[in-house]
Amino acid sequence: MIRGFGASLRPRDIRAARSARAARSARASRASRDSALLGAAACLAVALTGCAAPTAADGDAGGPAASGDTSANLASAEITVLAAASLTEAFDELVTRFEAANPAVEVTLGYGGSGALATQVVEGAPADVFASAAEPPMQQVVDAGDALDPVVFATNTLELVVPAGNAAGVSGLDDLANPDLRIALCDESVPCGAASAKLLANEGVVAAPDTLESDVKAVLTKVSLGEVDTALVYRTDVEAAEGDVEGIEIAAAAKVVNRYPIAAITTPGTNDGAAEARAAAAFVAFVTGDEGRETLDAFGFGAP
Amino acid sequence: MTGRDQAADAAGRPGLVVDVSLSYGATRIAAAFDVRPGHPLAIIGPNGAGKSSIIAAVAGLVPLDAGEVSIGSRRVDALPPERRRVGVVFQDYVLFPHLSVRDNVAFAARMRGSRAAARAAAEPWLERYDLVGLADRLPSELSGGQRQRAALARALAADPDVLLLDEPMSALDVEVRDEMRAELATHVREFGGATVLVTHSPADAATLADSVLVLEGGAVTQRGTLAELRAAPATPYVRRMLAASDA
Amino acid sequence: MTRAAVRSAGRLAWPVVAIAVVAIAVLVLPLVALVARAPWAELPELLASSAVLEALVLSFGTAILATLLCLVLGIPLAALVAHAEAWPTLPRRLLRAAVTVPLVLPPVVGGIALLMLLGRRGLIGEWLDRAFGITVPFTTGAVVLAQVFVALPFLVFAVEGALRSSDRRTEAAAATLGASRWQVFRHVTLPIVAPGVAAGGVLCFTRALGEFGATITFAGSLPGTTRTLPIASYLAMQTDPDEAVALALLLLAVSIAVLLTLRDRWLPGATA
Repeated sequence: MIRGFGASLRPRDIRAARSARAARSARASRASRDSALLGAAACLAVALTGCAAPTAADGDAGGPAASGDTSANLASAEITVLAAASLTEAFDELVTRFEAANPAVEVTLGYGGSGALATQVVEGAPADVFASAAEPPMQQVVDAGDALDPVVFATNTLELVVPAGNAAGVSGLDDLANPDLRIALCDESVPCGAASAKLLANEGVVAAPDTLESDVKAVLTKVSLGEVDTALVYRTDVEAAEGDVEGIEIAAAAKVVNRYPIAAITTPGTNDGAAEARAAAAFVAFVTGDEGRETLDAFGFGAP
Repeated sequence: MTGRDQAADAAGRPGLVVDVSLSYGATRIAAAFDVRPGHPLAIIGPNGAGKSSIIAAVAGLVPLDAGEVSIGSRRVDALPPERRRVGVVFQDYVLFPHLSVRDNVAFAARMRGSRAAARAAAEPWLERYDLVGLADRLPSELSGGQRQRAALARALAADPDVLLLDEPMSALDVEVRDEMRAELATHVREFGGATVLVTHSPADAATLADSVLVLEGGAVTQRGTLAELRAAPATPYVRRMLAASDA
Repeated sequence: MTRAAVRSAGRLAWPVVAIAVVAIAVLVLPLVALVARAPWAELPELLASSAVLEALVLSFGTAILATLLCLVLGIPLAALVAHAEAWPTLPRRLLRAAVTVPLVLPPVVGGIALLMLLGRRGLIGEWLDRAFGITVPFTTGAVVLAQVFVALPFLVFAVEGALRSSDRRTEAAAATLGASRWQVFRHVTLPIVAPGVAAGGVLCFTRALGEFGATITFAGSLPGTTRTLPIASYLAMQTDPDEAVALALLLLAVSIAVLLTLRDRWLPGATA
């Protein structure tokens, strides 16, 4: 519960990602040498039956169609995935599953506000995959030439959330205009805030927030601690915090849909990590593939 | 009441009776003596003998293990320093570095009244101790001798019953010591109350005190006038000390 | 010869100088980069916006209040810490640890701790809410509290250092001149440590001005009420890095200006 607390920039995650990056260039050459050695050894071992299998698997690891059974053939790699705060629980699960299917790949996860993450990627943060909670931050990364062809992999809608018990008796969007209630919203500079503003404008509600937080998890924490009476967060966040908070569905929210794009990061001049690039592509394929869809569904994310 | 008036009525001042034991680190110190007004006592002894601890105890700055300190009919050993009426001229003088000479001398009066009243009360003391021209300076801008005068004026302006002097000459340059010692002796005589001087110099004792108490290793080893000590030194330390000062 | 003369006559070994230069680079180069990357042309426009001015006024107001509170609370605490030298080891260390903890604690954690204490369901906060209808989080007062929490140790250690290096016999001298304990503190201890107090106050103010983590966690972020300059700068980073840099620059300029102007007059070692 405390993990998302106002910490869009999680220094520890970023630092871990950075050192992973530093280690990578050194390790990349070692990794390719290792895999060459492995390949040679394998050839020796299966000399009688032929040496063709690894080459065949190599070619299609990047394509979406390859998300199923080829991943076990990925070379040893460490990749960094930066994801929107609202994806926290879903991506924790997705990465666990992905790593189980690809024992050679180690994924470092960093969560934060999408805008902050996009800025980090553009400024050269060592990321291999970026998953944003909205399209503008992703566009920022694409415009900077750091990502190609983002794919929308999930959608999300807003929901009112109240602390368990709903002591303040919140019942609908109009309550957000009540100055006597303690209300938290996302700041408009982050996707959940932009969506909230749009929803409130659509419904003609002038909100009276007590705080405008920097990411959706920070909003949610203030609800689960009981510090605010109500807030607007993503449907998925309500499910993730089940028990501490209660969600109140709003019909109008269906008209304000957040689309989540994902893309592998292609920072120019760092193609030395071919194993990482392939692992990143495989991760994107995994998230957009059947198993990814199923997992995201379980966490309440809508289909694209 | 002005400083002149106070200094003039020496006859009515009380005596000091001390019978104390105390600890300084691992050293246990015990001493008993009494001092009559107008007859200063010098406590003399080697470094680490506990001389300064005894006058700190008289002033109330260190706790006693046992014993008593009385000034006239007042028993003061249970009183905090600010209620003992004991004036102290500290080693190196310990003037207030942030206050002018005038405000140093006015300090005791300031604790009882307004700044203006305290400054007015300090004026005769500044005149008496030849500090008028230095009144607006900070202690850091004074010579050693000037500091000694300021420290003495500060202590006596509080109208104490007892005056304690802790190594008053040690911070002075050798060239001016004789002159300053004579000047200090005059002021101590004018004060006229019970006075205790701590020193390791027989010359100080000879000029400033009537009698001497020798303290070695926390214990009193001899007492008497300097002439009596000279006639029959009780310990090797006393003999060496007197020989060195005669040389 | 004076101490100052000896100090300037001494010469440093070259490895010391070399490493010190590296240290300066570590400290200064990021700031140089910030200045170099600043959108100078748009700067006046960016900084003149009402949102920036609002954040600036709020930051200054809260940091000044926090500094005053730190002075009121911190000087007596520093006196106690200095006095604790004579205490047994365990309580002395516990006291020192209590003062040091906010320095090493991530400010966000400090903010959570403040919520646990003063939040609506906090140890004291629940009672405050029930008995008086007072709720602390999301108020400007919460910003000040968060700043006091993180800035107080700076003041305490600066003043304690000054106390330790002062001649404690001046206090004894004052007592023999009839000063009560309070008068000793007021007329002797306090003026003598004044340079330390000023230095500590300046550090305290700049730390409060830059406070982010505890504030956003405990006080939230609402323009005009709790959104201070650092928070505004952080949020701007999400959408408009130029604006974020402009705000950071403003914060930097203010801090440097405060440190420079107060340095000559107050900080120890600056005047003879």
